[in-house]
Amino acid sequence: MKTDAADWPSDIFSVLCAREIKQVCHVPDAGHDQLIRLCSAQNDMSVTTLTTEEEGVGILAGAWLGGQRGVLLMQSSGVGNTINALALPAACRMPFLTIVTMRGEWGEGNPWQVPMGQGAPGALEAMGVMLFRVDRAEDITDTVNAAAGQAFNNMCSTAVLISQRLIGAKGFE
Amino acid sequence: MSAAPLHRRDVVRDILAPRKPELLVVGGLGSPSWDITATADNPRDFCLIGAMGLAVPVGLGLANAQPDNRILVITGDGDMLMGMGALATVANVHPRNLMIVVLDNERYGETGGQPTHTAGVTDLSAIATGAGIPTAATIRSQDELTVMIRNIHEGDGPAFYVVKIATEMPGTVLPSLDGAFAKDRFRMAVLGKA
Ligand SMILES: Cc1ncc(C[n+]2csc(CCOP(=O)(O)OP(=O)(O)O)c2C)c(N)n1
Ligand SMILES: [Mg+2]
Repeated sequence: MKTDAADWPSDIFSVLCAREIKQVCHVPDAGHDQLIRLCSAQNDMSVTTLTTEEEGVGILAGAWLGGQRGVLLMQSSGVGNTINALALPAACRMPFLTIVTMRGEWGEGNPWQVPMGQGAPGALEAMGVMLFRVDRAEDITDTVNAAAGQAFNNMCSTAVLISQRLIGAKGFE
Repeated sequence: MSAAPLHRRDVVRDILAPRKPELLVVGGLGSPSWDITATADNPRDFCLIGAMGLAVPVGLGLANAQPDNRILVITGDGDMLMGMGALATVANVHPRNLMIVVLDNERYGETGGQPTHTAGVTDLSAIATGAGIPTAATIRSQDELTVMIRNIHEGDGPAFYVVKIATEMPGTVLPSLDGAFAKDRFRMAVLGKA
């Protein structure tokens, strides 16, 4: 059965389940709202709300030390908060997976989102994180699956960047 | 009458003396990691040498993943001040198996001993209480330390202790600087696989 291409949060959720993700950390973004709800309803996933995104990098490193896989959900402005923390998975050759909802790039309504939204891919790359961009909903399953495989098979850091085009331009958020 | 000052190497050695196999330790960057390593280079300890501000989050993720083990974070006041938000996260997740000790020399010891905000008006255990951590205390004497150590090994978490220590810097005792090795060694000890 083919799922509705527009229901991409459910597609991400299915990949996270198949990849045995047990810890989900987030500072909420409206674009991640549905995925956060799906994860929270899943009994064997622990969902942690963070005060700032770099906490998530630490929690997921701890999760890996304890034998669990995790994912960090954040918006592109949160990428800026994680930069030095990304040294932890890099220096320790731990897997790190994040799914980033992009802002500031597709008719954005809030000019304050533009600098970090535009800077997020470069900041991640500067810290050695491999990028997997998704521009179309029908690519989401394959792309998240590839990013997870890349991270957990090769002990490296990967980020899925979900284009603002999928989420829609936003005003004030 | 003020109590004789507590010395960091003695404090960490006393905390770790009664450890059982179920205890897993996360060390905050710099001096706390040297104190842990000076006590023993134990594969069930994971010492950060960077990622300032993340000792408590690493402990929290480990506590979530290992509910049958007891997780002890030993870190410095500087590291804790950089990641204070994590105390609110810990309080709300409420891991019963997570204990946090801050070795508070009121200094950024590792970088030359510049005063931190705890040398001024800031009270970290009050912040932990305000964050919602049910057990939080500041330890200033050997007697208080003895009670704290018992609770760390037997009590319910989450618990948070600030141990006021002398400003001395007893010297660098390095764990392996190779994080990949440290991680694999820890996972072998705890999970039986790298
Ligand atoms: C993000 C970041 N800023 C600054 C430093 C430099 N630095 C390394 S250790 C340290 C002091 C840590 O102080 P504390 O946690 O109180 O440990 P102490 O040495 O006093 O026991 C600092 C500021 C760093 N490593 N990372
Ligand atoms: Mg200090």
